[in-house]
Amino acid sequence: MMKEPPPARRIYRKLFISNIGFLFLAIPLFAFILFIAYMIFYLFSNGINVLSWEFLTKPPVQGMTAGGILPCVIGTVYITLLSLIFSIPIGVLAAIYLAEYAPDNIITRIIRSAIRSLAGIPSIVYGLFGVALLVRGIGIPPSVLASGVTLSLMNLPWIIATAEEATHAIPGSFREGALAVGATKWEAIRHNVLPFAFPGILTGILLALARTMGETAPILFTGVSYYTSGLPQTILHKFMALPYHLFVLATQHDQIMKVRPLAFGTAVVLLILVLTFDAIAFIIRLRIAATNKWQV
Amino acid sequence: MKLRRSVDRGVRILFSANAVLAAAVLVGILLFLLIYGIRAFIPTSAFDPEDPLTHPVKIISFLFGTRWNPDAYGQPRYGIVPLLLGSVITTFIALLLAIPLGIASAIFIAERLKGGVRIAIKMLVELFAGFPSVVIGFFGLILLGPFISRLFGVASGLNILNASLVLAVMSLPTIISVSEDALRVVPYSFREAAYALGASPWTTALKIILPAARSGILAAVLLGFGRAIGETMAVLMVAGNAPIIPRSLFDPVRTITTTIAIELGESTFNSIHFFALFALGFILFLIALGTNLLAESLIKREKRSFTL
Amino acid sequence: MKKVITTFAVLTTLLFGVEIMIKGSDTMLNLVQRLGEAFSTVQPDVTVSVTGGGSGVGINAMINREVPVAMASRAMKSKELSQARSNGVNPVEIVIALDGLSVIVNSKNQVSKLTIDQIGAIYRGEITNWNQIGGPNKKIVLYGRQPNSGTFVFFRDEVVKGEYSTSMRQMNGNAQIVEGVKADEGGIGYVGLGYIKDIEGIKPVAIARKPAEEFVSPKDEKALKSGAYPLTRPLFLYTNGKPKGAVRDFITFILGNSGQQIVETEGYLPVTQNYADRNQQILQ
Repeated sequence: MMKEPPPARRIYRKLFISNIGFLFLAIPLFAFILFIAYMIFYLFSNGINVLSWEFLTKPPVQGMTAGGILPCVIGTVYITLLSLIFSIPIGVLAAIYLAEYAPDNIITRIIRSAIRSLAGIPSIVYGLFGVALLVRGIGIPPSVLASGVTLSLMNLPWIIATAEEATHAIPGSFREGALAVGATKWEAIRHNVLPFAFPGILTGILLALARTMGETAPILFTGVSYYTSGLPQTILHKFMALPYHLFVLATQHDQIMKVRPLAFGTAVVLLILVLTFDAIAFIIRLRIAATNKWQV
Repeated sequence: MKLRRSVDRGVRILFSANAVLAAAVLVGILLFLLIYGIRAFIPTSAFDPEDPLTHPVKIISFLFGTRWNPDAYGQPRYGIVPLLLGSVITTFIALLLAIPLGIASAIFIAERLKGGVRIAIKMLVELFAGFPSVVIGFFGLILLGPFISRLFGVASGLNILNASLVLAVMSLPTIISVSEDALRVVPYSFREAAYALGASPWTTALKIILPAARSGILAAVLLGFGRAIGETMAVLMVAGNAPIIPRSLFDPVRTITTTIAIELGESTFNSIHFFALFALGFILFLIALGTNLLAESLIKREKRSFTL
Repeated sequence: MKKVITTFAVLTTLLFGVEIMIKGSDTMLNLVQRLGEAFSTVQPDVTVSVTGGGSGVGINAMINREVPVAMASRAMKSKELSQARSNGVNPVEIVIALDGLSVIVNSKNQVSKLTIDQIGAIYRGEITNWNQIGGPNKKIVLYGRQPNSGTFVFFRDEVVKGEYSTSMRQMNGNAQIVEGVKADEGGIGYVGLGYIKDIEGIKPVAIARKPAEEFVSPKDEKALKSGAYPLTRPLFLYTNGKPKGAVRDFITFILGNSGQQIVETEGYLPVTQNYADRNQQILQ
């Protein structure tokens, strides 16, 4: 026997309960977002007073209880750029291969699996690998070079993953159109796929850049120094870095309360750098979603 | 035409070489960790029967030993049990918090948010996944530490509780992101069918979509686990760092990751201690690799279950 | 391959100016950093780079010719010396300062003097409550360093004379130990001399070698200089062979007036006469 259709009241009540339910689910999410916002606010409000032109352009003085963080900023920029010089070409090329050329066989699946697994390996393991392969094995002294290569090993899988996703998202019809008028596979990719995948690939690179700037574990034993009185003259010299400097000021310095404001300042500079690149990536992503009907 | 064809082929070879190179890194890491780690168990060239610091470790005492004390006054001990427990306990408590919060958030994002707002919130969450861990550790050190100390009346706020809270916050974005993906993979037809039968979105989400996505959600949990157990700097700053078998939430603790970070720079190269740290790294690598592969196969299984 | 890289490194050094790399003791990190900072204002074409890792690591790096200078808060062991010689390295020992290791407790703690044996028993975990040694009824909470620290080793060999209790919290540095004991009424810790200057909330304990002997406080400067304080130790720099060139200039700077003044500002003791004479002989 068919049930009588319920009165409208019951439907409204059901939807009401449903909405309340979702409200409960929203609480942890918004609590989390609020927590992040509070953390950023707390760090910025304590650190913004420390920021000044001097802070950014002068080296630390008086036992690092005063002065600025110039060598740390420079060091971080050096190693991050160096790591990207290695991982961008290798990463993007590998991603294009996986998205466009790789046959659907067991070897490809193994390669994909390997690259995806690499993305989840703890950063300290990359530090160990850097020490074993580069410092002890090949004999590169702990330096900008050793740390840069270690970091590039670490961010390579991230770049490949996002670049492959961006390339894969371009619909097949784009390629087919080019092939139909006689292009080779590479020409089809170069003209009909890559220009459209470029924003997505760029997003991935920017996100990898931001994450690399904040990494400490891989550089601990491959080249970062507690203090260098000058800037690294070559890539075989040691360097200072923002995240390690924050760690030092917070835990290892002999007057940690006195340098606490400097620690806040360092944290703020690091955050500004990371968030800026994240924000640019964010804006590009939104624009992709707005203008390209085929991207999700 | 011939030139274009050879360029095409050349490019193909170049691209595939890069992919193989990238995958080879994984093999490289595995090999190096293994080669260096194994040497903890065999005598080195500096072996001296008089000096216990040069004695190789016995595998049994490594895997089951309950004291990690490489710079001992007497016989050094390389038992990983306290370190493994430290890693597992902090990760477990972190997940206890992060899993319900994460899945709840993921359900909200997947089922309730649309279009631009959804993408914006998702990116916000992913952004936080890329936060420098030292910054979060700094926050835990200067704010959470004293807070815990005051709230619970304990002397030091650098303990398991602090480390677990920090790890929960760090693994939450991963759990939210992957769970949300898992929920979105469930075909829309499931929801349509449920609505057609008179179910509310709430009931649909909880009773139909969530169970359908359970493999993917499990994968999210595993990836969150991998993220938490591999975290180094944040834990180093807030965990108290005593290599003991903890008895309370307020005991200090060491994990595998923080032990490597603390001791690698101090161990003399090519000493038993040095190699023992690589052996530790190898175990960590296996755990991370295992959880990643398992998570991947679960995600594939979920996707496959909807394509019949 | 290693040869190629070292040659490249040497060439770049010649082209770009000298870098003095110093590695070793975390206790000396801040001191040598300050000295390096001051030195580079006097000689700007020389870059001084300071890294920690512990006395053992620094010594090992010097033995393996990875760095020209090692800083150590303990003397080289005979094993390290023979390892150096078999590697063709001739370690030269220079004393740049003296440190008095202080044992600190919370300022609210009535206990103000302890013998070495008592401190050792406390850190071995044999004495667990302050009321066992004339203090309040509070559990003793141990704060210490990490195993990579020369201070950790020195304290263990001279005071604990056994294994540390596993409950000891291993802090990341001297300052963290001070913060820990400050916040913890039951806390006890060991720190370098530089860390007990003008600090509120903690107080150093007077120490005697034996119950019958006099209890000496690390705040007693005369006792420190005369060696009456039981836990004084020299702080060393080790070089491979007699120091030459920029390294020699740096060491001469450290042992000179401005250098020794920085030593005192950092809270350590300047080199005493007998060590100064020994240094002079070495540097000649």
